[in-house]
Amino acid sequence: MIRTLLTSLLIVFAGMTQAETLRMAVTTSFNNSGLSDVLLPVIKEDTGLDVQLLIVGTGQALRLGEAGDVDAILVHSKASEEAFVAGGFGTHRREIMYNDFVLIGPDSDPAEIAKAKTAADALTLIATGQHSFVSRGDDSGTHKKELALWATAALDPAGFEAWYNPVGAGMGASLNTASGLGAYIMADRASWLNFGNKGTLALLFSGDPVLFNQYAYIPINPERHPHVNAAGATSLETWLVSDKARELINGYTVAGEALFTFNAGPK
Amino acid sequence: MVNNLLPLTATGLTVQRRGKTLLGPIDLRLERTGLTVVLGPNGAGKTTFLKALHGIERLNAGTLTWNLTDAEARQQQAFVFQSPILLRRSVAANLAYPLSLARHPKALITKQVAQWAHRIGLGDALSRPAHRLSGGEKQKLALARALISDPKLLFLDEPCTNLDGRSTKEIEAVLQEAQQAGTRIILATHDLGQARRLATEVLFLKSGRIHESGPAASCLTTPQTPELRAFLNGDIVE
Amino acid sequence: MTDIWQGLVSAFWLVVTLDADLVEITLRSLQVSLSALVIASLVALPFGTWLAIRRFRFRRTTIAILNAFMGLPPVVVGLLVYLLLSRSGPFGVLGLLFTPTAMIIAQVIIITPLIASITHQAMRELWAEYHDLLISMNIPSRARIWTLIVDGRRALLTAALAGFGRAIGEVGAIMIVGGNIDHATRVLTTAIALETGKGDFALALGLGFVLIGLAVSVNLIIHALSGTERGSRW
Repeated sequence: MIRTLLTSLLIVFAGMTQAETLRMAVTTSFNNSGLSDVLLPVIKEDTGLDVQLLIVGTGQALRLGEAGDVDAILVHSKASEEAFVAGGFGTHRREIMYNDFVLIGPDSDPAEIAKAKTAADALTLIATGQHSFVSRGDDSGTHKKELALWATAALDPAGFEAWYNPVGAGMGASLNTASGLGAYIMADRASWLNFGNKGTLALLFSGDPVLFNQYAYIPINPERHPHVNAAGATSLETWLVSDKARELINGYTVAGEALFTFNAGPK
Repeated sequence: MVNNLLPLTATGLTVQRRGKTLLGPIDLRLERTGLTVVLGPNGAGKTTFLKALHGIERLNAGTLTWNLTDAEARQQQAFVFQSPILLRRSVAANLAYPLSLARHPKALITKQVAQWAHRIGLGDALSRPAHRLSGGEKQKLALARALISDPKLLFLDEPCTNLDGRSTKEIEAVLQEAQQAGTRIILATHDLGQARRLATEVLFLKSGRIHESGPAASCLTTPQTPELRAFLNGDIVE
Repeated sequence: MTDIWQGLVSAFWLVVTLDADLVEITLRSLQVSLSALVIASLVALPFGTWLAIRRFRFRRTTIAILNAFMGLPPVVVGLLVYLLLSRSGPFGVLGLLFTPTAMIIAQVIIITPLIASITHQAMRELWAEYHDLLISMNIPSRARIWTLIVDGRRALLTAALAGFGRAIGEVGAIMIVGGNIDHATRVLTTAIALETGKGDFALALGLGFVLIGLAVSVNLIIHALSGTERGSRW
């Protein structure tokens, strides 16, 4: 019995040796889209990099980057990203692709947001009718986007009553809650299409350009954290802006719908 | 074999618990040979007395002076409790325990375990769990385990209470053999018959003190104090 | 109800087809939790036994703290271990964050008090039984602890298995310090959390059934190996 236990200990320590790895913090929405499952094997083949994804909210991704616990981040919250780079935590910000946010709600649509002209109008309708709304409430990129939209509609969630539910959870968990409550919620299209527990929820509003969701890649500054895999981060960036990446990202569909639009530009 | 652990001189031994004196003061000299029987009514402090001499009862006052250093003295004694404390192991493992703690060679341990098991009639029960033995077998096993490391001094606290005649007889035989082989024995008992059969010396305890003591021949036939006389008559002594 | 049924079906297929990902994360779950168990036991079994037999000044306080630590919230442990192992933390240079080692460290912290406390309670009883004998035989402290551990092994096994149960089912701490990285630190519980997040309840539940099955099997195997359920032995 003791021998078995010792053997299992050995296995642990043997398991610690790794190939060249690169740790990247990404948002839940990116991972839930399923795009990473397509990209990672090709990246491994082309660059030899074993990319390890830490799937967290944008807020936590930025914290991991600041602490130097990851080599790069891929998130979608422009203002925070710029502050991150300005603070010297990242070398630069490179836009890679975008997808869009959509408004989800019960298919009976009691607030009639399907008829709204703009995203701000749609949110105003929900607030006026005090229809249940689920907010991520977790300081993620999606949450920040939602707060910005309320601001455009000249509304402040801090004053909302019980119909407004900040759940402090990831995209999938929040969708589960909305599904259970029959509530409205803002989600990224990718997470919505891949979500398996739709219940009576339906996509009710989309297409307003204000809902576009830009993903950007930021390598962590090796001057600040000398241990980071800067070379790996550079070769991953080169790959992410390549034609091959364009082809894979633009060609990725779920249920026949394209999710992401490649728009990588110069540094 | 000369028993160089003894003589033992005890002076002013006192044990108090919660403000009550359970034992003492006791002054005593224990010579090299013999079998001392400790008699006394319930609550006289017989168990406390044995434990105090053995060194496992905290003393409030008094000293024990052995013929050897205290550390050596502790290694050469053994104690058999009224209700046997056996390890949750087999008969053989119980017998082997003191020997393996003393780091005896394995072959020697096996041999001695087999000899002792045979001697107490458990030769065929080496692998039996000790908790499955009968009351008499348990006490014989406890006794054998105490004697297996050849102690110079053996304490027994009413070892034959609750045992049938046959077990008592076997235990007494083992004790007499051990005494002849040079082990000094101190035995607390209720059983006057046992005292008459075994004792060379008698200590009569009453209210935590030695009330009367002397050679068995005189003490048991012509007691000097009315209390011991009453006790030997079978009267209740308070 | 349909979700539960689908979960059972999905668990069945995952197991009969020996799904490669499932095998990988199951083995990693075992690796992490068994390692944590071994390390925690090496500390907690002697410590709990020692607590049972040793009288010292702050014994009661120590026991009270130990019992309170049994209920340590895993998320808080995870966060503390994260802050300690982070590149910006005191042990950052070791580069252990987001590795199975970090997960083992967190689990050791979570289960050690549990194992030590159960050990202490069981050993106190055994010590009461053996006390006079071991004192009389003048056995050194270390040998006493060893005797109690050997003879109390059945109770200790129960303590260890309780620790294993807590470790293998734990998700909060290892999610934070392991990061749930696919092919690196993903284990059954974090995979379940992930699939639940994606709304794939059937797969999540399937993994859950595998986890329960695993916990039950480990218990049965350890009991069988140690023969504790055979009545003729201790």
